[in-house]
Amino acid sequence: MKLTFSIQGSDFTHAGYPSSEVKKVLKQLDIDGKTIKKIVIALYEAEVNVVAHAWKGTATIEIEENKISMLLEDEGPGIPDIDLAMQAGYSTASKEVRDMGFGAGMGLPNMKKNSDELIIESEVGKGTKVKMVNYF
Amino acid sequence: MSGSPIYHALNVTKCIGCTHCMKSCPTEAIRLVNGLAVIDYDRCVYCGQCHRVCPTNAFYVVQDDLAMIHSFKYRVILFPSIMIGQFPEKYSEDQIYDGLKKVGFTHIYEVEQPLQVLIDSINEVLKDPDTPKPAISVYCPAIVRIIQARYPDLTENIILRKAPHNLAAHFAIQRLMKEGARREEIGLFYATPCIAKIAAVKSPVGEAESIVDGVVNMNHLYNKVMKVISDSEVPDYSDQRQNLSREGITWSLTRGESCHFGSRGIAIDGIHNAVRFLERVENDQAQGIDFIEMRACDQGCASGILLSGNRFMTVERLERRAKRYPSAKDIRPEVIKLNTSDLKEKLVLEPIMPKPHFIFGKERVKAMEKMTRAQRIVCFLPGIDCGACGAPNCHALAEDMVNNKAKMSDCVFLQQQWESEGRISPNKAFLNVQKKWGTDRFKADCNKRGRRNEGF
Ligand SMILES: Nc1ncnc2c1ncn2[C@@H]1O[C@H](COP(=O)(O)OP(=O)(O)OP(=O)(O)O)[C@@H](O)[C@H]1O
Ligand code: SF4
Ligand SMILES: [Mg+2]
Repeated sequence: MKLTFSIQGSDFTHAGYPSSEVKKVLKQLDIDGKTIKKIVIALYEAEVNVVAHAWKGTATIEIEENKISMLLEDEGPGIPDIDLAMQAGYSTASKEVRDMGFGAGMGLPNMKKNSDELIIESEVGKGTKVKMVNYF
Repeated sequence: MSGSPIYHALNVTKCIGCTHCMKSCPTEAIRLVNGLAVIDYDRCVYCGQCHRVCPTNAFYVVQDDLAMIHSFKYRVILFPSIMIGQFPEKYSEDQIYDGLKKVGFTHIYEVEQPLQVLIDSINEVLKDPDTPKPAISVYCPAIVRIIQARYPDLTENIILRKAPHNLAAHFAIQRLMKEGARREEIGLFYATPCIAKIAAVKSPVGEAESIVDGVVNMNHLYNKVMKVISDSEVPDYSDQRQNLSREGITWSLTRGESCHFGSRGIAIDGIHNAVRFLERVENDQAQGIDFIEMRACDQGCASGILLSGNRFMTVERLERRAKRYPSAKDIRPEVIKLNTSDLKEKLVLEPIMPKPHFIFGKERVKAMEKMTRAQRIVCFLPGIDCGACGAPNCHALAEDMVNNKAKMSDCVFLQQQWESEGRISPNKAFLNVQKKWGTDRFKADCNKRGRRNEGF
């Protein structure tokens, strides 16, 4: 089954909506709680990255019998050096974002840790695509 | 509808099918069938929200017959301090105790004693590094049930220590046996503020059998006492309150527990607030919080559905009363020769198991098909959540449809559309609505709710 959400840049108040909706569905499917938690954490971080760093984006979630695929596509500044961005603690978050309690540079490392597959493609000045897969 | 035990039910002659209960039920356990509310007891967590919002008092509580107390020689009434706050201010504590005696009880104990034993015991759990944080209080049974049903993983966070009525029950047994009573001569009766506590006694969670022999509806007891209470001089009952503390008196109120525990304790009251907060806890969004007090009722038990007083007045009165009592830690057990280690041991609960009720069946592929179908159905529903279909909202109706419990034509708006498209005759459409709401629904009735200016 497929779920789609749009994500608005800089709207921190509503960040987390897609992940909590996905959580509801996974719970109704009786997926193991630890697995759900990992998925929710990974997806939440990915959403927040769109909110914090990009202008706008979409989250497309596809749930199949044994796996969940999460695709986050955004229009935004892109990531010039993905390997660098993946490093724990690396962040370009603005002061404004840091004041909201984000910007520790832990989002991408957390996504890596909590997903079974993570692929990032990015084009500077255009946007970023993050694809994550978790198996049940 | 199910094999689950029933502690509250609906008086069908009073129910007017107004949808209030259905729409405020936190587990979507209510549907309207033939114009009447029907509870799915498998989903019910006994929070009492439906009682609270019912404009006609159509829900009633199933209770034990008070006459049963007389089969015991020693008849102990255990009641939460909150009950004292129900009586008119002119009655003293002793006059209320005396009233309870006249009703037939031989021993009268407020349940929140000796509280230090429970406080110490909970602190032991919190100190244990293996206790998942935030630890959640077991106090409100409706919260425990909603966690089991909707947040199964959080069952691990529940503090496995029994509620005050267990504490007082064991304490009463200890005391009476010391005075020479035999165990089988002692009958323990618990005056409950709510159906959640009734359910906790009748079908306990985390213990094989409740220590209490019977439950008494607090509202019922209040009325009985009010009939016999005297405002003249009565005997002194203060020896029965020797172990009652300031903390005990306010324990059942909001922040009554959380102010004692954790470095960052938090208190949530109201079932809908609780649901929203549990959602956060499940998402790890309550970081740093180590103790959660959570009660289904706003202002804690002060608004239990079996209480009669105004909740804010009750809180004020209890807070004032508390000031006259010593702190729990200043009541030394040696003075009253209590075996506290024995009490402590008896307070330990068995693990509380998850009981997820909100899954779409065990077979994942089928469940996914159903969910996809439900989503597809929602696309065609108007999204008004009006409840005229007999389900609490459009999404719930769609779920009912894929579970073969409802059909498309239950939606009154779809029916209208079909009518205008000539797909269904106006007559058939009207019959459909009548089937859902009963034939009398559409008769003129000048006693109908709203007729007597019952709006805002
Ligand atoms: N969708 C995106 N668009 C543009 N830049 C991004 C995007 N996602 C991540 N980045 C860049 O990668 C950096 C590291 O991201 P990461 O999520 O690890 O940390 P953060 O978002 O800065 O802080 P935290 O996630 O801990 O709140 C970001 O600071 C940002 O420069
Ligand atoms: S808050 Fe108190 S009165 Fe209300 S349901 Fe919970 S235990 Fe019962
Ligand atoms: Mg981030």
